Amino acid sequence: MVDALAAVFERPNFLTFVIIFLWGFYIMVTRYNLVKKLVGMYLVQTSVIFFLVSISAKKGATVPILLSTTDPVKAIDYVNPLPHVMTLTAIVVGVATLGVALALCSAIYRTYGSLDEEEILKKLE
Amino acid sequence: MSLVYEISLLLLLLMTAAGAILVKDLMSAILLLGCYSFFLSVVWAWLGAVDVAFVEAVVGAGLATVLFLLTLFGTQPKDGRLRRPPPPIAAVIALPLLGVLLLYAAKDLPAFGDPASPPSVRISPSYLEQSYKDTRTPNVVTSVLMDYRSLDTMVETVVIFTAGIACAFILRRKTS
Repeated sequence: MVDALAAVFERPNFLTFVIIFLWGFYIMVTRYNLVKKLVGMYLVQTSVIFFLVSISAKKGATVPILLSTTDPVKAIDYVNPLPHVMTLTAIVVGVATLGVALALCSAIYRTYGSLDEEEILKKLE
Repeated sequence: MSLVYEISLLLLLLMTAAGAILVKDLMSAILLLGCYSFFLSVVWAWLGAVDVAFVEAVVGAGLATVLFLLTLFGTQPKDGRLRRPPPPIAAVIALPLLGVLLLYAAKDLPAFGDPASPPSVRISPSYLEQSYKDTRTPNVVTSVLMDYRSLDTMVETVVIFTAGIACAFILRRKTS
């Protein structure tokens, strides 16, 4: 029990990821306003990306841009570049899908005059 | 020293995320979400992920905030609901349980910043050591994104193009 708690507090990035991920997910499930749901979705997306970038960190290493192009490269001097590449793609695609979701929100508002889930369902009946 | 810096940045991150969730006025919530994105990009720059930090500052904090604000200007900027019904019981039970399980798994993760962790020893050293020989670019992230994985990047632009077309068709006003 104490071991598990110590393991969590040795990894503050992971603790932050878990809090933001679950809170964002809870907002997506419980709130009735559609824009608020999208705020929760954005928090979930960015928290997962935050977790992946935290994996790439190395103590005492610098950014993955080579300091010298003639000396042989030692991999231990630079942080792991592969999670950075994957998360770059994920950020841009995430914002693109967020844009489509927001366009759907304003189309719904134009048709039903509300962004509240229950009022929209009432008008659908 | 660096731990103090890290903990305070993470606290700022949590506080702005909590503000974006708890504030009633949607306009303030969106601006707090923009602050959250900026703090996130600062944390990433501190972790050594400068390219990701730039993209988050431009696309996450800039473009996403602008898209949210444009939507709010076209619709209602307030969460009109004063009292919420109680949340579904499944969410109240399942999500804390998931949180406990995730935190219980923390001790199996490699230590934070460990240079000998599995993702750092298997394949990434060969990319770091070979990329300048192969691509003549000192920035390893650029050389992976634009050279080794250039097809992925091209298809990503197809995804963004599709999203743009979808937005244009959804927001098109009917001409009668």
